[in-house]
Amino acid sequence: MKICVSAMSGAMDAKVSERFGRAPYFVIVESEGMSFTPVINAAESMQGGAGPEAVRQVAAHGAQVILTGDLGPNAKTAIEAAGIKGVTGISGVKTVRQAVEEYLKK
Amino acid sequence: MDTTESADIKTSKGMIFSIASGKGGTGKTSLACAMARALGPGAALLDCDVEEPNCALFIEPDIESEIDFCVPVPVINPVKCQGRGRCQQVCEYNAIKLFNGKPFLFDHMCHSCGACALACRAITEKPRHAGKIRRGRSGDLFFADGLMNIGEASPVWLIKAVKALAPSGGDVIIDCPPGTSCPMISAVSGSDFCLLVSEPTPFGLSDLKLAVGTLEKIKIPYALVINRYDLGNGEMEAWCAQKGIKILLKIPFDREIAAAYSRGKTILDVRPEYGQTLKKMSVVIKAGVPA
Repeated sequence: MKICVSAMSGAMDAKVSERFGRAPYFVIVESEGMSFTPVINAAESMQGGAGPEAVRQVAAHGAQVILTGDLGPNAKTAIEAAGIKGVTGISGVKTVRQAVEEYLKK
Repeated sequence: MDTTESADIKTSKGMIFSIASGKGGTGKTSLACAMARALGPGAALLDCDVEEPNCALFIEPDIESEIDFCVPVPVINPVKCQGRGRCQQVCEYNAIKLFNGKPFLFDHMCHSCGACALACRAITEKPRHAGKIRRGRSGDLFFADGLMNIGEASPVWLIKAVKALAPSGGDVIIDCPPGTSCPMISAVSGSDFCLLVSEPTPFGLSDLKLAVGTLEKIKIPYALVINRYDLGNGEMEAWCAQKGIKILLKIPFDREIAAAYSRGKTILDVRPEYGQTLKKMSVVIKAGVPA
């Protein structure tokens, strides 16, 4: 299963970005074996519509779950349309690795 | 020929004055309403600050008509859609996204540019209610304003529709939205002259620089009116002197004007002498020889 975490940089030890659409990076983690793909979020500096564009990128990478601090209303609509599960409330104190490990334990 | 004569000749022709500012709350509406009154019979006032129009509070026009205003938004025919994603590609506003090969419309983000309908035969357009346009009169003055619905993505189409109501012949005053982005640009576009209203504070100067940069780029002649000029510092005047920007009028802070504003009265109601001043200012602008 591919899990997308919004992150401050493109690594497993990067801190989680509490913002989704305007996160600098997405780290797409493969839960089997914990390999990962860093994705620069092209929507970060967009004037408007960052949420839907961010979801489109993440969906194109095949993510089935998104872990983030919060999802805006447009991003929520978009993940529903894309059939992606959204998990919010992840603190920016945590790293990408911690967020994924805690999610998998649940 | 002296300047007074040439000024008189040009006065007979109407001119479009836009009143803009960069910074909000500097006195655009106050100046626009006072100028519309001062320019007198045959003038028109168009309130193009459609996100919060308030000229009507001061001018108190008799509204003669109120019409609904609609903008086009796309309708995607799922039978004709082949999932190629041309709509997503051409949409500058991220209003259409493809998920699992199917287009999904975020219709409140649509700016009604029409690109998707041009790009794909599966897309047609339907009207969406976006606001209202009112027109009426206040004495000799023609009045129109637009009121955009809350949550609309862009006021640009509504601003253009209000501007289209300008009667020909007389002077037209356009009260513009603050800022320097699309709404302000669409409001000032096509005007013969733009009066920038600012206040001599660091915020006022910072936003004035942006507004000047915008007007230079779209090539609209302009000059400055400094409001509450005795309250700030001298940086704005120094900057204007250095840039060669004309300051046509300085309005001091005046408690009477502020109190009148809070009661929905114009500057002219408490300081009628500004009527002559503003009239003269318009003559000077028309003569093309800003003082």
